[in-house]
Amino acid sequence: MKGNRRHLPTVAWLALMAPVALALWAAGSGLESLLVPYYFRIILLSGIAVIAAVSLNIVNGFTGQFSIGHAGFMLVGAYASAGITMFARPFTESVLRSAHVPDVMLMPLQFAAAIAVAALAASIVGLLVGLPSLRLRGDYLAIATLGFGEGIRAIFVTVDAVGGASGLHNIPPLTSFVWVFLGVVGVIITARNLAASTHGRALFAIREDELAAQAVGIDTFRYKVLAFLISAAWAGVAGALLAHLDLGIDPRSYSFMKSVEIVVMVVLGGLGSVTGSVIAAVGLTWLPEILRPVAEYRMVFYSALLVLLMLLRPRGLFGRKELGLADLLGKKKTVPNANRKEGG
Amino acid sequence: MLDIQDVEVYYGAIQALYAINVSVQEGEIVTLIGANGAGKSTTLRTISGLVRPRRGRVRFMDKDISGLPPHEVVRLGISQSPEGRRVFSNLSVFENLEMGAYVRSDPEGMASDLEQVFGLFPRLRERAKQGAGTLSGGEQQMLAIGRALMSRPKLLLLDEPSLGLAPFLVREIFGIITDIRSKGTTVLLVEQNARQALSIADRGYVLETGQVLISDTAEELLASEMIQKAYLGE
Ligand SMILES: Nc1ncnc2c1ncn2[C@@H]1O[C@H](COP(=O)(O)OP(=O)(O)OP(=O)(O)O)[C@@H](O)[C@H]1O
Ligand SMILES: [Mg+2]
Repeated sequence: MKGNRRHLPTVAWLALMAPVALALWAAGSGLESLLVPYYFRIILLSGIAVIAAVSLNIVNGFTGQFSIGHAGFMLVGAYASAGITMFARPFTESVLRSAHVPDVMLMPLQFAAAIAVAALAASIVGLLVGLPSLRLRGDYLAIATLGFGEGIRAIFVTVDAVGGASGLHNIPPLTSFVWVFLGVVGVIITARNLAASTHGRALFAIREDELAAQAVGIDTFRYKVLAFLISAAWAGVAGALLAHLDLGIDPRSYSFMKSVEIVVMVVLGGLGSVTGSVIAAVGLTWLPEILRPVAEYRMVFYSALLVLLMLLRPRGLFGRKELGLADLLGKKKTVPNANRKEGG
Repeated sequence: MLDIQDVEVYYGAIQALYAINVSVQEGEIVTLIGANGAGKSTTLRTISGLVRPRRGRVRFMDKDISGLPPHEVVRLGISQSPEGRRVFSNLSVFENLEMGAYVRSDPEGMASDLEQVFGLFPRLRERAKQGAGTLSGGEQQMLAIGRALMSRPKLLLLDEPSLGLAPFLVREIFGIITDIRSKGTTVLLVEQNARQALSIADRGYVLETGQVLISDTAEELLASEMIQKAYLGE
């Protein structure tokens, strides 16, 4: 009766992904040398946006809680990862060298550690923010997360050790196509597996009707915190990737506006639809670039297009639906999320 | 089986219950009747853990459950069909019933309970794949009761199951409540439809402005002149 069978188990996915990742690494390097750096950068930014949007969807879409502080978690991840690749670097390198790790692996391993630390740091902050604020509902939760996002930025800006208001510079250029791709695949697998699990059903039940969810025995608070944790961890990953792509952290680019951008991606894609978040994140990252020819009217077009899309598709591009391989091959596929037919 | 002792509940500064005492014995149908705002739903919410009593205790099967969170109360065997139905409208009927069994992990037991629920409410079987939001009000009520039964509760709390239903459906629902009891589930029934509630109940409590006005056997209450005047519209 449970929905897990519809998805490949995670282990199979990983086994499948290893050769794919290798091929991608080759393709990524090829792509990098082929494309104008400017466009290559936008491809990577799209991937990072996907990680941010899909992870926010776990809270805002799956669980129906309105969080608008996602950039705050990205910022935590950005600083935490830079801490590893910049400040802890002499130490981690000497440890790795003494373990006879070959030189080519030094940076990838450190970056992997940095991303893991970013995820951990962001999820700890997620827990600290979630525990008090997830008792709040609706608008109050939105305001609390907004306050957190701006507050965390204000804190970093006052710490001179991390560059104060001018932020961090000289972060090593570690974000490559493969890392972004792995992040994108990772967040999508996380979200889809969650959606198909009993935990996912608990989240959907909370979104549908929190009181009814309590009535059937769901520990709603625990699940809201869980969703928040997972979501914050992936936001941390996105922040780590962004910092090592920008080669610095400018706290201003992790402001409330950034959080709003991510919320717009999730809403435009369709609250609860992973596919929608992916497409909206990529689309909205490219849109300003595509609109570049209209120069100063860019934001006007951008806003007008958003308004138009929301008028045409008030529940987002995908509503709560998902698009999987089976759909592309023309088969009918059940949706783990909403309007699903009887399982089994 | 259930004992509510001197329970007082506040919403902020507003007191909703004043030292309420209600008890339910195993196998009974007990009904709480009273006017709007008397505190009937609040009493149920206190039992199921949605609100905490400021004073007093709720005991269930010799265990103090006052202040336990709702998900733990469900696991102890108390399940509620909340006021206003509150089905998961974007999920199918079948998925709603599945959610009702959320606290369980015995697939065979769940399958047989699903059959039982479909036996009680054949209409739900016909509409198993339909979105719950597209059901009629009566069907949603059946679904809300069915969902509550899927956790196989020892005590079933029903908050105004007849609200907004046509008279023939009200009779059907009350008939089914009797069936549920005869299958071994104890029922605490909140109703404004006092006459019909008392006609299937063993005992009743009349609540008024957060207090128990009278409690007696259902027969006595039905026969009481004062109750007839105030609550049975005669
Ligand atoms: N969430 C709340 N906040 C503040 N006051 C509340 C809340 N819920 C109920 N009350 C108040 O508590 C009192 C009892 O309400 P309750 O819902 O228990 O009544 P009821 O007997 O179920 O009424 P009805 O038949 O209308 O459902 C009422 O005066 C009501 O206004
Ligand atoms: Mg009520």
